[in-house]
Amino acid sequence: MNFDFSDEQKMLREQARKFLSGKRTTQSARRILEGTGGYDRELWKDVAEMGWLGTAIPEAYGGLGLGPLELCVIAEEMGRALAPLPFSSTVYLFTEAVLLAATEGQKRKYLPSLARGELIGTFARVERAGAAAPKSIRTSFRSGKLSGRKIAVSDGMDADVGVVLARSGDEPGERGLCLAIADLSGAGVSRRVEDSIDPSRKHAEITFDGAPAEPLGAPGEGWRIAATVLDRAAVLTAFEQIGGADVCLATATEYAKTRYAFARPIGSYQAIKHKLADMYVNNELARSNAYYGAWALHTASAELPLAAAAARVSATQAFDYAAKEMIQIHGGIGFTWEADCHLFYRRSRELALGLGAQRSWKDRVVSELETRNTA
Amino acid sequence: MDFEDTPEEAAFREQVRQWIHTNAPTQASGGDVLGERGGGEWFRQQRAWQAKKAEAGYAKITWPKEFGGLGGTPIQQVIFNQEEARGGIGGNTPFAIGLGMCIPTLMAYCGKEILGRYVKPALYGEEIWCQLFSEPAGGSDVAGLRTRAERDGQDWIVNGQKIWTTGAQFSDYGLLLTRTDFNAPKHKGLTMFYLSMKSAGVEVKPIRQASGASGFNEVFFSDVRIPDSQRVGEIGQGWQVALTTLMHERLAVGGGQGGGLDVPQLLALARELELEDGPAIRNASVREKIADWYVRSAGLKYTTYRTMTALSRGQQPGPEASIAKLVVAAKLQELSAFALELEGEAGALKGADAPMHGAFQMGWMAAPGLRIAGGTDEILRNVIAERVLGLPQDVRLDKDVPFNQLPSGR
Repeated sequence: MNFDFSDEQKMLREQARKFLSGKRTTQSARRILEGTGGYDRELWKDVAEMGWLGTAIPEAYGGLGLGPLELCVIAEEMGRALAPLPFSSTVYLFTEAVLLAATEGQKRKYLPSLARGELIGTFARVERAGAAAPKSIRTSFRSGKLSGRKIAVSDGMDADVGVVLARSGDEPGERGLCLAIADLSGAGVSRRVEDSIDPSRKHAEITFDGAPAEPLGAPGEGWRIAATVLDRAAVLTAFEQIGGADVCLATATEYAKTRYAFARPIGSYQAIKHKLADMYVNNELARSNAYYGAWALHTASAELPLAAAAARVSATQAFDYAAKEMIQIHGGIGFTWEADCHLFYRRSRELALGLGAQRSWKDRVVSELETRNTA
Repeated sequence: MDFEDTPEEAAFREQVRQWIHTNAPTQASGGDVLGERGGGEWFRQQRAWQAKKAEAGYAKITWPKEFGGLGGTPIQQVIFNQEEARGGIGGNTPFAIGLGMCIPTLMAYCGKEILGRYVKPALYGEEIWCQLFSEPAGGSDVAGLRTRAERDGQDWIVNGQKIWTTGAQFSDYGLLLTRTDFNAPKHKGLTMFYLSMKSAGVEVKPIRQASGASGFNEVFFSDVRIPDSQRVGEIGQGWQVALTTLMHERLAVGGGQGGGLDVPQLLALARELELEDGPAIRNASVREKIADWYVRSAGLKYTTYRTMTALSRGQQPGPEASIAKLVVAAKLQELSAFALELEGEAGALKGADAPMHGAFQMGWMAAPGLRIAGGTDEILRNVIAERVLGLPQDVRLDKDVPFNQLPSGR
């Protein structure tokens, strides 16, 4: 049994943690939250220099040529650091989509500059509130031109390029869907920043009006590719969520040890202890589910859809509980603008919704279980 | 990252698989799922299998060879347990408490003569041990126990009552924690003994549980005479000895404590039942619940794999190993209650009259006990909070106060 990261991967984790903790990323996240800028440009350069943006990009395309396990390790540290970077949009979504579905020419075109941090990417899927089901996708991609409107696009203001889910054919439902890569600073694209619950990562509305774009993958395959991209991103995001949830647990625990009420540390009251114990249990269950997701990614297992959905649900629940109870344990001070609690509370919800809500991932878990039990 | 055995582990697995295949009883021994044990035939089978294992060194793989073990590693023990389970045998045996807790305590505190007398019969399943710690006045607060041992020459005279003693009705020996000094603070007045359960003055009465089952006992002591030579550890050091016993409470790696009721069974039920709007499995609220419990079950399963990985690498498992019972017990209660809810009016039936032969009704009736036995949910959360997260202890009113001056509510 070898269900753990390797010593090299653990060294990478240590290195990443040390590096990020030296960058005062939480303060930086607060600056982005309070300002108009989309991300910490200084930190983005550093992260590119460390090679992290190309972690899973093959060496032939300028990446480090490591695998998804190393990316999981870095994702967890990004989550701990609350790093205000377009990392997940660029790395888990755009880069993964290119690795999964692009032509050789497209890989040569995009991957090296992605690895160097010269290109920021995102994935524009959603068009309206509610579930992002195939029939909700109206944006069209015909004769190389995109038209339509996408909302709640993570890092959409800063992304140079975006993978766009669009309708290319007349077939109804998912069979008419395709993916296209658009230059988001090019002609026919307009965008505006949207107000969001977590402005430490800016969201954008992007409107395409006959914007030139190139297909990614075959027509009719858009939904299927998107689902796989989301599965892969769900595992990586689960590690981010666990990183965040662990910081909430550690911060709330530390506060409970040092904050006195009624002449004793509040951490000596069972009402507080039991919350923190539950937080610990949730985090460990989420970690174990995420490990399984990492294994499924690493081995390209047919288990990936179930492993990813379970990792996603488990990590979402863990971060949600940890972030809200961290505020509760801090009491009034935890609800002030100056305390960092709300940064995690906001991020927990942003990550919980970013790849689609828990409800749909839970349904995915059961659908996958059903296919296994019919045999 | 993988789930493979190391070459050494694979070789060991092959070796025990062969051995089990050759030696396993033809009839599966049937489960002791939630506190109920089989009758005489079940016992005979258990003893026979235990003796075979002991003969081969497999009864306690991590024990040194001089005590009849294999001098093996914890991961080898896990592998053996897994292979036993694969063969439909093993699991919760009547020897687990003796071999897992009582005998290791003797090993830590007793001399060669005593060990020479007791270890082997326990290992071969010839003598069964029970652990006599919990009392009506000392459940979660074990050290609050009141069973009195008074010195009488070379003997001690014991009076009092124990409760929730697993297996007392068929045990030959017991490890007994008593109070020998009522004037000392709570943890300092305790002394440990072992005794024959056939001693004059020992009376075992089964407890009828709320579920109707009887898996535990009350044990009464009336002027029971125990020679001082059966004292385990120093006078007044009983709490330290008890901690040794509790430390040996083995991590139930891969143990299914939910009575075999989990997501697959709920999924099967949801497929079978019709609700207002069609099959239950198509109902969104049902699916959401199934997913919730699945991620907890899967999380536990993979946590076990992480624990095994630590063992495989020769490391101590991390604190994550401590969460299993807390999660399993609550899940069993919620999941079985939800199943009954799905069954509608018929959910009130049980046994053969209920869907799936009343499996969920049984689980629901057993769950309250599982949330208490072996550490209540609340104590387990305290343990995680204090030992894993390092939170301060609650304010204690019982430190440095003579035991007989502590408030007891009676």
